[in-house]
Amino acid sequence: MSNYIVSLSPHAKGPLTTEKVMWGVVIALMPSFAFSAYYFGIRGIVVTLVATIACILTEFVIQKYLMKTTVTAFDGSAAITGLLLAFNVPSSIPIWEVILGAVFAIAIGKMVFGGLGRNPFNPALLGRAFMLASFPVDMTTWPKPVTTQWLWNMGASVDGTTAATPLGYLKEGVKMGESVTNLVAASPERFDHFNLFIGNVGGCIGEVSAFAILLGGIYMLYRKIITWHIPVFYLGGLALITGIFWAMDPTKYADPLFHLLAGGAMLGAWFMATDMVTSPMTVKGQILFAVCGGLLCGLIRMFGAFPEGCSYSILIMNAFVPLIDKYIKPTRFGKEVNYG
Amino acid sequence: MDLKTFKIGGVHPPENKLSAGVAIEAAALPKRAFIHLGQHLGAPAKPVVQKGDTVKVGTLIGTGEGFISAAVHSSVSGTVFAIDSVIDASGYKRLAVIIDVAGDEWEPSIDRNPELKKEIALDQKAIVEKIKESGIVGLGGATFPAHVKYMVPEGKKVDTIIINAVECEPYLTSDHRVMLERADEVLVGTQILMKALGVGKAIIGIEANKPDALELLSRKAKDYTGIAVQGLKVQYPQGAEKQLIKACLNREVPSGKLPLDVGCVVNNVGTALAVYEAVQKNKPLFERVVTMTGHKLPKKANFLVRVGTPIAQLIDSCGGIPEGTAKFINGGPMMGKAMVSPETPVTKGTSGVILVDGSDAKRNAPGDCIRCAKCVAACPMGLEPYLIEKQAEYALWEEAEKEDAADCMECGCCQFTCPAARPLLDNIRLAKSNVMRIRRERSKK
Ligand code: SF4
Ligand code: SF4
Repeated sequence: MSNYIVSLSPHAKGPLTTEKVMWGVVIALMPSFAFSAYYFGIRGIVVTLVATIACILTEFVIQKYLMKTTVTAFDGSAAITGLLLAFNVPSSIPIWEVILGAVFAIAIGKMVFGGLGRNPFNPALLGRAFMLASFPVDMTTWPKPVTTQWLWNMGASVDGTTAATPLGYLKEGVKMGESVTNLVAASPERFDHFNLFIGNVGGCIGEVSAFAILLGGIYMLYRKIITWHIPVFYLGGLALITGIFWAMDPTKYADPLFHLLAGGAMLGAWFMATDMVTSPMTVKGQILFAVCGGLLCGLIRMFGAFPEGCSYSILIMNAFVPLIDKYIKPTRFGKEVNYG
Repeated sequence: MDLKTFKIGGVHPPENKLSAGVAIEAAALPKRAFIHLGQHLGAPAKPVVQKGDTVKVGTLIGTGEGFISAAVHSSVSGTVFAIDSVIDASGYKRLAVIIDVAGDEWEPSIDRNPELKKEIALDQKAIVEKIKESGIVGLGGATFPAHVKYMVPEGKKVDTIIINAVECEPYLTSDHRVMLERADEVLVGTQILMKALGVGKAIIGIEANKPDALELLSRKAKDYTGIAVQGLKVQYPQGAEKQLIKACLNREVPSGKLPLDVGCVVNNVGTALAVYEAVQKNKPLFERVVTMTGHKLPKKANFLVRVGTPIAQLIDSCGGIPEGTAKFINGGPMMGKAMVSPETPVTKGTSGVILVDGSDAKRNAPGDCIRCAKCVAACPMGLEPYLIEKQAEYALWEEAEKEDAADCMECGCCQFTCPAARPLLDNIRLAKSNVMRIRRERSKK
C-alpha cells in the first residue's frame, strides 16, 4: 500500500483556527488596553495582567491536574476571559479580589461545564457578577482617570479622588428627583459626548473609551472573527428604547447617544454579546438575542436598581440561547418554495 | 456586466488557478489503457469485447445497462489484453477493459476534420440517441449519464438550459481552457442541447475570475440565437446545480427535487463540447481535458487525455512526483477524492489531478466546537452542520432527518470554514447514509 494520505473531502482548509480566532480577539482588545493604561496608569495595567494570568493559570491547573485532559489553556480563550474581567472592574480593585474573580470565572463559569464551547454564560460576566455580589463597595468605587501624572497614579481611590461614573451619577441624581437637564448642567463633562467617546470619564478599566473599543471591533470584522449583526443590533436595541423615552421626556431621560457611549454598552456589544460560545448560531437568532439584550440594558439603566445594565442584559440573554437555537432555524435552501 | 450569485452560504477558498494560462496539449498515448466499465453514475456497462479482440479508437467496448448507465468506448487502438478489476480513484476495484496499445487507428466513421460544423442535421430524437450511443456523461465530475437529462418525463416542462462553466473548484482549469480554445464548438454544442430539449433559451454561467472566457463567449454568443452568457461572482459552490440555477434564474430547486422540477437542465461546458463532437463529428466520448497541477509540480498542464491513461504517466510528463508530495486529489480540493495511488487511470469524470504537499495535505487536529456559527453561515443549503455532526456523534438519526441532513450536498464549505477543524462532513455523511437507511426501512414497512 502507498503512504499517501487518503482522507475524505474537503481537502482545503480555511484560514481560521480556534487559536487565531481567540488571539485575534485578544489583539482586538489591545486598543482598549492601551487607553486604560493611559487613563488609569500602572494600576490598570497590573489589574489587567493579573486577571489574565490568573485565568490562564486556573484553566491550566484544572485541565492538567483535575481533569487530566489536553491542556488548551493557551489557546487564547482564557486570556480573553481575563482581559474582559479586568476591563469590567474599577482599576482600584484590590488585587486579591481580582484573582478570586478570575478563578471563579474560569472554574465555575467555564470548566465546570466542560471547558471551551460548553459554558452557557459568558465566564467574564459571571466572574464580574460574582465580584459585584461579594465586594459591592470595591466594585463600585471608581478612580478618576488621571492623565497627567499617570505613572504615580497607583490607585486613585487611596487618596480619595474618586468619581462616580456618568451612569452612576445619573442614576443617583434621578433617584433624588433631579431632572436630567439640571444634572447635565451641574456636571457637563460627564455628559460630553466627546469625553465619552475617547474615554475621559470614570468607569471600569476597559469600558471607558468607545473609540478604542470600536477600533477593536473593526479589526474583528476585518478578520472575519465576528459578523456585524450582534453589535449593531445590540446597540440599536439600546438606542431605540432609550431614544423612545428621551423623546417622550428629555428632562427625565438621557439621550440615546449618551447611553451608547457611556458605561459598558460598547464593550458589551462588541466583545461580550459577540462571545461565540454564548450567543446563538443563526443570524436570525443573533438578531433576536442582540435586540433583546439592548432593550434590556436600556430598561435596567432607566428603571432598574443598578445604574448599569449591560452585563446583566447579556447574562440574561445567554440563558435564552439554547431556546433560541432550538426554535430559530436558518432558512433552508429549497424549503420555502413551491413551484407548480 | 451585472454579476449574479446564489444567496445563502458559500465560501471563497484561495483560487490557485496555477494552470489557467497553459494551453491544452495532447497527452502521449499510454502503452496500456485501463478503461473502467463503471466510470459513470449508475449501472456499469456490460463488456462487448473479449480478450484478444482488436479494437480501434472509438470502438464500442461496453454497452449501457439499464436506464441510468452509459456506453464505454475504446480510447486507443490495439488488442484487448484482459477484462479484469482495476483500482479506481476511490480505491475500489472495478471491472475494466485493459488494452495493449498499438498505433493510433480511429474508427473510420469518426469525422476528424477540425472544421467547425454549424448546421445541425439530426432531429430531436436522433440527437438524444446519439448522446446515449456516444457514452456522454456529465464531465464536471458527477458523471451522470447525459442522455437521461434529455428524456424529459411526461408532464414536465423545461424552458432553459444552463451551461455550467463556473469551475468554482480551486486549481481546476480544464473548463476554462475549453472555453478559450473551443468556444465555437461549445456554442454549437449548446445549440444542439437546446434542440434536443426543444427550448429556445440557454444561459452559460461563468465566474468573474475568468474574464477572458467571459469576454470571448459573450462576443461569440451573439452569432447564436437564444444563448446568453451570465457573469457570476466568484463564490464556491457556484457550480453546484441548485446554486447555479438560483444564481442564473433565481429559481430554487425544492428539497429532494431535480432541476427539471423548476424547468431547467444543467450541463457542464465540457459536456457541451462532447455533445458537439458526438453529434457533428460522430465521435464518442473517449478523451477529455485534465488539469495537472500542484504548487511543486514542475510543469502545470491541461492535457487532452485518452480515458484509461494511468495518471502516473501524466505526472511523469509534468516532471514527476515532487519531493514531499503527500496527497493526490482526483478532482478539486473541495469535493475531489484523495487517491490511494497515482496508478489509477483517467476516467470520464477526471477533471484534474492536484499533487498536494506535506502540511497542506494534513488536516488540523480537531478541537472542541467553539460555537462560532461559521459553519451555519457557510452552508449553502441552510443547514446547521455543527448540530448534525453532534447528532451523528450520538447516533440520533431521526433527529438528523428532521434537521434535513439528507439535503447536504457534501460541498465541504462547513468543514473548510470550521476554525476548530471539526470533521463535520465526515460525520454528516454518516448521518446522511443513516437517514437514507431509515427512510428505506420505513418505505419497506
Ligand atoms: S457539506 Fe453539507 S452541511 Fe456542509 S456546508 Fe455543504 S451542504 Fe452544508
Ligand atoms: S464552524 Fe466549527 S467551531 Fe464553528 S460552530 Fe461550526 S462546528 Fe463549531
